[in-house]
Amino acid sequence: MCIGIPMAVTHIEDRTATVAEGGLSLQVSLALLEDVAVGDYVLVHAGFAITRLDAAEGLETLELLRQAGIIAREGGAD
Amino acid sequence: MKWLDEFRDPSLARPLLDRIGAAAAGLPRTSLMEVCGTHTMAIARHGIRGLLPDNVRLTSGPGCPVCVTPVGFVDHARALARLPGLVVATFGDLVRVPGSSGSLAEQRAAGAHVEVVTSPLAALELARAHPSKQVVFLSVGFETTVPTVAATLLEAERRRIPNFSLLCANKTLPAALALLTARTELSGLLCPGHVSAVTGTGLYEPLAARGVACVVGGFEPLDILLALALLLEQLAAGLPRVQNAYGRVVRAEGNPLARRVVDQVFCACDSAWRGLGVIPGSGLTLKPELRQRDAAARFEVEIEPAREPEGCRCGEILAGLAGPRDCPLFGVSCTPEQPRGACMVSSEGTCAAVHRYGEAGAP
Repeated sequence: MCIGIPMAVTHIEDRTATVAEGGLSLQVSLALLEDVAVGDYVLVHAGFAITRLDAAEGLETLELLRQAGIIAREGGAD
Repeated sequence: MKWLDEFRDPSLARPLLDRIGAAAAGLPRTSLMEVCGTHTMAIARHGIRGLLPDNVRLTSGPGCPVCVTPVGFVDHARALARLPGLVVATFGDLVRVPGSSGSLAEQRAAGAHVEVVTSPLAALELARAHPSKQVVFLSVGFETTVPTVAATLLEAERRRIPNFSLLCANKTLPAALALLTARTELSGLLCPGHVSAVTGTGLYEPLAARGVACVVGGFEPLDILLALALLLEQLAAGLPRVQNAYGRVVRAEGNPLARRVVDQVFCACDSAWRGLGVIPGSGLTLKPELRQRDAAARFEVEIEPAREPEGCRCGEILAGLAGPRDCPLFGVSCTPEQPRGACMVSSEGTCAAVHRYGEAGAP
């Protein structure tokens, strides 16, 4: 049941957010997450936003992966 | 950024596989384990086991909460479902899990009111909308799900919705992980990404201190390959530690608010795990002041003696001691259409994963 989907917050009213991704839109509770803003990406699980996604960290992981690819392609020692 | 697509880029897989190969080259026969049903499925779906070097064994542990819930829980839920005016609300996974003499689905076919929900909030809404009915939510799940149930219960209290209660079978991972690493020859743990989003990464430190490499991994194919590469590199360097490879979702401190919500509702108790026996302090039960929300206390029912299906090896499979193909029932009398054990019926079960996606390379 760990399924968690990253979705964008499009609207907030009290402690409920409307989140959307890929044509899917739903209402989730913000009871487990504070300081959520429209435009944030949150992980949605069982009707709740359980954590906020960090774009900087995501980009950093991707960069690590790409660097590994570049180094491998250039035949350098890792 | 798009949060999923980039982590599925096939051109980035080859360098990761090369890293895995390089790190594994100097290692003896090495056992890694994942303990998350979503990891189980993703690894099977992408055929990752078949891509690993021969000396690296990746097993599935007790990562599927439905699978580790003993058969007696289903029996208890069925007994409740037989009560007139009572609605059992449950995640879809549990509906077809066989109890000692049948599943909730079969009870529903016999007239019981069983509702599938995707959120405990939906179960609460059922109770609000039908004040003359008693709604019991079957609370199964690890640390990712527990806060959602706790928040729902607090909402029930706040809105004074009396006809809502829980049958609790929630479990927590730390004690089970300690047991597994003590009992088996485990070198590395692929730590569950979304559990860690709630708990933080500190709970794996005791394992690293005992020499187990720990990497928190995400669920896309590249996430998993990266986590496996990092695990093997830790072992190759002789420096086991806790590493977070899922930084876009997991912070070291996790979600403290979610944990505070859980602490308002649940406290630790001993819990029986299919395949592992009773693990002290590994379960959750409602705090005394919320006892009236415990369906086990609220409703008196007769529960049949628990009986596991004969020949079923779910227990050993969950402990990582056997694979699905070691079970005599697998694919013969136990299939996704006619499951005998939880590991086959759950959408995150090890046997379901192997049956659906096949398995290149033994577990």
